[in-house]
Amino acid sequence: MSAPSFSGFGLGLRKPHYAEFLETDVPVDFVEVISENFMIDGGRPRDILHKVRERYPIALHGVSMSVGSAHGLDRAYLSRLRALVDEIEPLFVSDHLSWSRTPAFNSHDLLPIPYTLEALDIVCVNISEAQDALGRTMLIENPSSYISFAQSEMTEWDFLHAVSDRTGCDLLLDVNNIYVSAVNHGFDPFAYTAGMPMDRVRQIHLAGHSQGETLLIDTHDKPVPAPVWSLFAHVMERAGPVAVMIERDDDIPPLADLMAELDMARALLPEKAAA
Amino acid sequence: MSLLALQSDFREWLTTGSDDVAARFEPEAQAGLLVYQNNYRASLMACLEESFPQTLAWIGNQPFRSVAATLIDARPPDSWSLDHYAAHLPAALSACFPDDPEVAELAVLEQALTDAFVGPDAAALASGQLASIDWDIAMLRLVPTARLLTVFTNAAAIWSALSSDREPPSPETLAVPAILLVWRAGHTSCFRVLDAVEDQLVRDMLEGIAFADVCTRLVEAFGEADGIKTAGTWLARWAAEGLLDRFHLAQSMSPHPKLPMDSRGNGAPSNS
Repeated sequence: MSAPSFSGFGLGLRKPHYAEFLETDVPVDFVEVISENFMIDGGRPRDILHKVRERYPIALHGVSMSVGSAHGLDRAYLSRLRALVDEIEPLFVSDHLSWSRTPAFNSHDLLPIPYTLEALDIVCVNISEAQDALGRTMLIENPSSYISFAQSEMTEWDFLHAVSDRTGCDLLLDVNNIYVSAVNHGFDPFAYTAGMPMDRVRQIHLAGHSQGETLLIDTHDKPVPAPVWSLFAHVMERAGPVAVMIERDDDIPPLADLMAELDMARALLPEKAAA
Repeated sequence: MSLLALQSDFREWLTTGSDDVAARFEPEAQAGLLVYQNNYRASLMACLEESFPQTLAWIGNQPFRSVAATLIDARPPDSWSLDHYAAHLPAALSACFPDDPEVAELAVLEQALTDAFVGPDAAALASGQLASIDWDIAMLRLVPTARLLTVFTNAAAIWSALSSDREPPSPETLAVPAILLVWRAGHTSCFRVLDAVEDQLVRDMLEGIAFADVCTRLVEAFGEADGIKTAGTWLARWAAEGLLDRFHLAQSMSPHPKLPMDSRGNGAPSNS
């Protein structure tokens, strides 16, 4: 069963904007929160989450599931996430095609996996376990990466296609991540989007990045840059109903700035979708 | 290379930065490895800095980052929650500042306040609800975020000054260790110092104690008249501070309470 079809524009809920989301009518169709920030016992963060939930659909976006872990998933983590899912009844539950944990270790970073048949088996087993534990279809997000592995046997987009086919999961397409990885690894971002099963894409992230010494770094601390907008416009030509959002995690600007970026996204909607 | 072996090598690289481990990856991967290691260390450093703002202000940026770096080298995170990682810092500070015990105690207090901030919710008994309780049978229990800390220095006074932008006092060792009660009232983490009698009562109130037994203890400590008066005063204070778990008292609520409290919150149960 697929995640629900939803068409709209949203923002990530960040602390500097809590008051505006609680006290004003922010014109968004949904908000996304980082799941782990609310996998706590109680207090103000959870109270805010509940109050925002009363006003907007919420997408839960995780960073610690580690679906690429060869050691499997952390069942205590899954159980805690399930409790939050049951409580919030989110629009989507998503996490990344990456790994972060081995026994007694968690990197707190989205680490890359080689796109091998062995890794495909492991990722599919983990995603299936997660979907069973959560009782719902997940969205898996393409990562940005700074390393590619010579042992990879397929492209990232073919890998994600196979993951979606085998597990039934849907996809969260991060357009900035495609661009960052394309520049870092020298592939064509348009070939990436052409290879993606767009009918499985339920959500889109738009973000900015920074130029590192030799690599683009996925910093989410700048406005969406022109090449990412171009790629987004191309993606939207092929996308079905989808939830589009600006993902800003650092140097967070006034809400009005993010709303202006969201208006840019709306303006790039193809005429058929806008109508 | 299997995924298991690759992830083992990757972990070793992140936690050691060893050239030997880096050499197990392809030459083209070296720049990317540095990005991942920087991300790993930066996220842990940021977590510690954000979790202990007053401790950082007390010892200064450079010493704080030095201790944090030592911790990151010595103890990789093992939980999905970065909040859990912060709990290791007080011990690291204690090891690095053996002659300045207020530093680690400051961090312990900050950690306790953070724990309370995200601790379990509970409905606290409001002052206006005191009169609805049948105090003959009432059991007092503290809200679930309540916990006790013992401090041997004036770390609490230092924290209070730093958090309100006042000049902090010089560090000193207390003549008698202080007991701090930490809890969350509404959405705000709080603490205050307890005296010896209240300390003993609070220890029992963490588990649950009959109000009648509280009165007995206070009469033993202060005598008949002052003990009863103190029971009323403290009960009113605990309610005003959001310390009493209302759920636990719900069974004692009565539409016709036998022991109405003074409406000003200063009275004592009439027949205790």
